[in-house]
Amino acid sequence: MLERNQVLICGGTGCMSSKSKEIKDTFENVLLNMGMKAEVGLVLTGCFGLCEKGPVVIIYPEETFYSHVTIDDVEVICHEHLLKGRPVERLMIKDPVDKKQIKNISQLKFYSKQKRIALRNCGNINPLDINEYIAKDGYMALAKVIKEMTPQEAIDEMIKSGLRGRGGGGFSTGKKWQFAKNSISDQKYVICNADEGDPGAFMDRAVLEGDPHSVLEAMAICGYAIGANQGYIYVRAEYPVAVERLKIAIEQARSYELLGKNIFGTEFSFDIDIRLGAGAFVCGEETALIASIEGYRGMPRLKPPFPAIKGLWGKPTNVNNVETFANVPVVFLKGAEWFKSIGTEKSSGTKVFALGGKIVNTGLVEVPMGTTLREVIYDIGGGIPNKRKFKAVQTGGPSGGCITEKDLDTPIEFENLTALGSMMGSGGMIIMDEDNCMVDVARFYLDFTVDESCGKCTPCREGTKQMKVILDRICEGHGTLTDIDELEKLAHMIQETSLCGLGQTAPNPVLSTLKHFRHEYEAHVIDKTCPAGVCRELTHFAIDDRCIGCTKCAKNCPTNAITGWPRQKHIIDLDLCIRCGACKKACPVGAISSVAIHEEKRV
Amino acid sequence: MKSLEDLKKLRDEALKKMNVRYIKGGYRFQVGMGTCGIASGAREVLQGFLRELSARNITNVSVTQVGCMGECAYEPMAEIIDENGQSFVYCTINETMIKEIIESHLISHQPISKYLLTSRKG
Repeated sequence: MLERNQVLICGGTGCMSSKSKEIKDTFENVLLNMGMKAEVGLVLTGCFGLCEKGPVVIIYPEETFYSHVTIDDVEVICHEHLLKGRPVERLMIKDPVDKKQIKNISQLKFYSKQKRIALRNCGNINPLDINEYIAKDGYMALAKVIKEMTPQEAIDEMIKSGLRGRGGGGFSTGKKWQFAKNSISDQKYVICNADEGDPGAFMDRAVLEGDPHSVLEAMAICGYAIGANQGYIYVRAEYPVAVERLKIAIEQARSYELLGKNIFGTEFSFDIDIRLGAGAFVCGEETALIASIEGYRGMPRLKPPFPAIKGLWGKPTNVNNVETFANVPVVFLKGAEWFKSIGTEKSSGTKVFALGGKIVNTGLVEVPMGTTLREVIYDIGGGIPNKRKFKAVQTGGPSGGCITEKDLDTPIEFENLTALGSMMGSGGMIIMDEDNCMVDVARFYLDFTVDESCGKCTPCREGTKQMKVILDRICEGHGTLTDIDELEKLAHMIQETSLCGLGQTAPNPVLSTLKHFRHEYEAHVIDKTCPAGVCRELTHFAIDDRCIGCTKCAKNCPTNAITGWPRQKHIIDLDLCIRCGACKKACPVGAISSVAIHEEKRV
Repeated sequence: MKSLEDLKKLRDEALKKMNVRYIKGGYRFQVGMGTCGIASGAREVLQGFLRELSARNITNVSVTQVGCMGECAYEPMAEIIDENGQSFVYCTINETMIKEIIESHLISHQPISKYLLTSRKG
């Protein structure tokens, strides 16, 4: 029977962990009991992007957007909305600004400012059903390319589109294909780099989970263009849902003969296999990734020779990132001209960002290049929660740097971000507010790179470790001004002498925080205080004269360290204080802050 | 799959199933599913519309359930909104009327005035 309603339930990892799978099962049971199974469709899709509001359920054709749905709500939705046509207002998403219920997805500002190309099908189709992908013009690009274009024409189209590597490097994808095509060999390979390792970045996972076929199709197009007949997807074993859906997708594509021998009745044959990575950050570097597929330790080697000349098992290999591949079918469907018209002159198309940290709408957003950081953070991301002040945004994960308030109006472009001392990276965007200590942030990222350094070259292995030791010293209150100079010197040395990108970019978070927040470092070593109140040893909370004596801080203090009469200024006993920050969060007027020791005596 | 035509055929077939997510415009059938409506058989009317539409392979129509339409005495009722946004309210619908409405109103664009609420209420 024709379906009058379709219920789309988010099946991204975020919503799955808050039981979206069980919600779907419950829907199935309830609808069965009500005898509406045939007329209401149920689809578990990929990520909708608004992970903050998960689990998310969208009901078509009304496009009602339900957020934070629980298993207990399913019965109500079925009875009220699906049977009686009365949408459940209590569950409708509210506008973050005026708290009004939003009846229709198109009213959501979160989506209206986005342009979805790589994520075009995420949250729209059932990733476990190849037919739904085909319905959205899936595999049409592949058919067009291998039936109507020569490999060289396909590459020319790619070069013309201006698509650049979305994994962070920003190298022209078309040119990369050209190098691999120019290499003469009996055997070539295509590799999809799905070893997404940046803390806080999850766009590749979303694509693989929500639209696995777009990657398969693009890999086949690439195979045709460069002359390869075998592809590998190198994906982290920590992405079980993505791996599972990829496996199903590959099986389905094979059964439709869209992968395998003589695709579309032509001479062209292409197949894809999955290789699991053990989750080492360095394996995102292409030579380390290739070593890992070959069964060696994942360690990078010197380039050149580039993989396009000597890659997997010594054969020419083209490595592209998941998001890059997800863009490829669209380039051929809508044409290079169309793709070029989006974004900016030098960076065409869109970029997916994973918003995280201190932001209202945590989740995935895709915006045209050239959008400003402010638009992404405030208009789409909804700004900073709890009335805190914006401090910085970290782009590019542990390889990038932070960008401050004054540069927020910079249009997002590969070159612009690099000029600011950060980088595009894979698209992680961590927002920090006044409660974040920048020294601690730098230490967090460095801690990550120390752990993830493969140990092959000394600057990265030993250098980052030494930087970490210095940062620990500063955070614990034993730092000196020489330490800061030493840190800077070491950082530059590691940048210049490391073997691969991991080491070359590892000092970036330290350097950029030093550049923009040197005063915080100095507060740590001179005043022996952590202005944000994060580094425990250096936190001395004090209440200033703005105190209205509401007693909220005293009530929230777990150790009863705060005393004072109502409507009179309160006092913190630092001997009892455990620096948990509960009082600071509770204070309605912002009268509690961490002060320097000498100041605190004065207070 | 051997040719572009095979793929296109498969696409059009698959798209039919997903239409409810993408149709904008076209005819809208809204069936009143208040308690009064359900009691007088709106469920069967709703299913009847869906059955007839899928039997005739009509896809540019969305069928939705809405709340009580206010004229409880004339349930089951259905509002049909055409492409131009004009609305027609049919009342006390039964199985045979469903076929007639689809054939005459939807396919030949001839509203059946004798079944309309306005004419029945006199």
